[in-house]
Amino acid sequence: MSKLIEVKDLNIYYGDFLAVEDVTMTIEPKSVTALIGPSGCGKSTFLRSLNRMHEVIPGAYVTGDVTMDGENLYGRYVDPVSVRRRIGMVFQRPNPFPTMSIKENVLAGVKLNNRRLNKSDSEELVESSLRGANLWEEVKDRLDKPGSSLSGGQQQRLCIARTIAVKPEVVLMDEPCSALDPISTLAIEDLMTDLKDDYTIVIVTHNMQQAARVSDRTGFFNIAGTGKPGKLIEFDDTEKIFSNPSNKATEDYVSGRFG
Amino acid sequence: MSTTAQTPAQTSSKPVRRPGDRIFAGLSTASGILILTTLVGVAGFLLWQAWPAITADPSEVRGGQGLLYYIGPLVYGTLVAAVIALLIAFPLSIGIALFISHYAPRRLAQALGYIVDLLAAVPSVVFGLWGVSVIGPMMLGIQAWSVDNLAFLPFIGGPASPKSMLVTGTVLAIMILPIMTAVNREVFLQTPRLHEEASLALGATRWEMIQQAVIPFGRSGVISGAMLGLGRALGETMAVAIILSISARYTPIITSPANPGTIAADIALQFPEAPTGPPLATLVASGLVLFCVTLIVNMTARWIVSRRAEFSGAN
Repeated sequence: MSKLIEVKDLNIYYGDFLAVEDVTMTIEPKSVTALIGPSGCGKSTFLRSLNRMHEVIPGAYVTGDVTMDGENLYGRYVDPVSVRRRIGMVFQRPNPFPTMSIKENVLAGVKLNNRRLNKSDSEELVESSLRGANLWEEVKDRLDKPGSSLSGGQQQRLCIARTIAVKPEVVLMDEPCSALDPISTLAIEDLMTDLKDDYTIVIVTHNMQQAARVSDRTGFFNIAGTGKPGKLIEFDDTEKIFSNPSNKATEDYVSGRFG
Repeated sequence: MSTTAQTPAQTSSKPVRRPGDRIFAGLSTASGILILTTLVGVAGFLLWQAWPAITADPSEVRGGQGLLYYIGPLVYGTLVAAVIALLIAFPLSIGIALFISHYAPRRLAQALGYIVDLLAAVPSVVFGLWGVSVIGPMMLGIQAWSVDNLAFLPFIGGPASPKSMLVTGTVLAIMILPIMTAVNREVFLQTPRLHEEASLALGATRWEMIQQAVIPFGRSGVISGAMLGLGRALGETMAVAIILSISARYTPIITSPANPGTIAADIALQFPEAPTGPPLATLVASGLVLFCVTLIVNMTARWIVSRRAEFSGAN
């Protein structure tokens, strides 16, 4: 079910402002791809353009191609809603629906697809999704409690369960651990390693150790200055990026020497 | 650090209290007590003034047949008018608020917001005059049609009148629409962007996102807004007094000129000629009943809101 994403000559605009310029990269199926770079360099914007979430902001658009297994995600007749059903997303801050119970949260996306689930099917899906997110053991006795009653790390795993419950082909994660403590972070990182057996994963992170630990390929984004567009500087195997990058800027960034 | 160094005397058991804190705590406590005293004062006044009517011989009360006989239809009329108003205004206010908060382009949304707020500033007597001279005649046609074609419904009956309960309820709906819309718009705008994006990222259309994230989040606010509107509709005086034609007691029919009155309008209409003693007390007693009805409505709403407080998103 995991898919190959190819990005070619992608420019991302917010109105007149060019936010990300000329990105070309290939995201392999069943792998973890990490995007690193300083704040404001456009990596989150790029990530959001992969499932057309950046279009939520009025005036945002892209030029160039994004294809998933050869199918153009920005084709003329492609509905962004259907793209988002196939490419799930986990956000920086855990955002379970506060008005829903843990169980309802997991099923939130499934219900949107207008699928009528009978009781046993939905219970099965809740369990398998929560197991998939390594959360089942912790919450199995309180599935009807509100999602907001969980700790931050549990909430984030609940969001992951909610995302994988709709069986997406790709999972995008936008700094999923930045609001979490180290133990919860470790839990999520372990989870990513498990998830890549089934899904293509793209993660944006500020934590370079994290990128080095979990990813197979790493892309380094940088920005020339305020108001300038962000660019993909280097994209290579993670090992190479962190040990022997070909670009000077990448080397400075991963070794902590900037500017 | 420097504070402790300067005031070594206060390292004893007493916690440090700043004068600003104390003043503000005093002020807010006083305000809280003030609102309670006002409420108790009003209730006490009503009870005291209404007492003669409650204890009087039924024949001395206005209408000459006892307090319940007089107030009963008024309570009924008040509730019918307010419920009609709420039924019309509730979906409409949610629709307008959602349009302003989530559908309209920003500039149009702002302009619309101002217009709704302006609507709230129109005095009720103006709404009354407008209702009697414009809305009433305008609705005559549709009411006549209903009487001809929908007479099997228990609340439709002739002859159609521009001064019917339905017209009154409609004008009340227009009057309570601004406040309800304003409240709804505010709560819808406060939906955290994170929740909206969570929903969209799961593949929700805009309408699904609104159902999943916006409306549940705003639920308690929407109910509060509806109660504010209902409170205003229950207590509305001038518009009802001007429009409604009153000549009946209990009737389910809302399209005819024979309607029960409402408490507030009845007080306004009867007060100029109200003498003293039990007849006056009767009017005050009806006011006391209105006070209780409004209080019950509000408390019910609070209870509904609090039932799912755990899921409100406030935690």
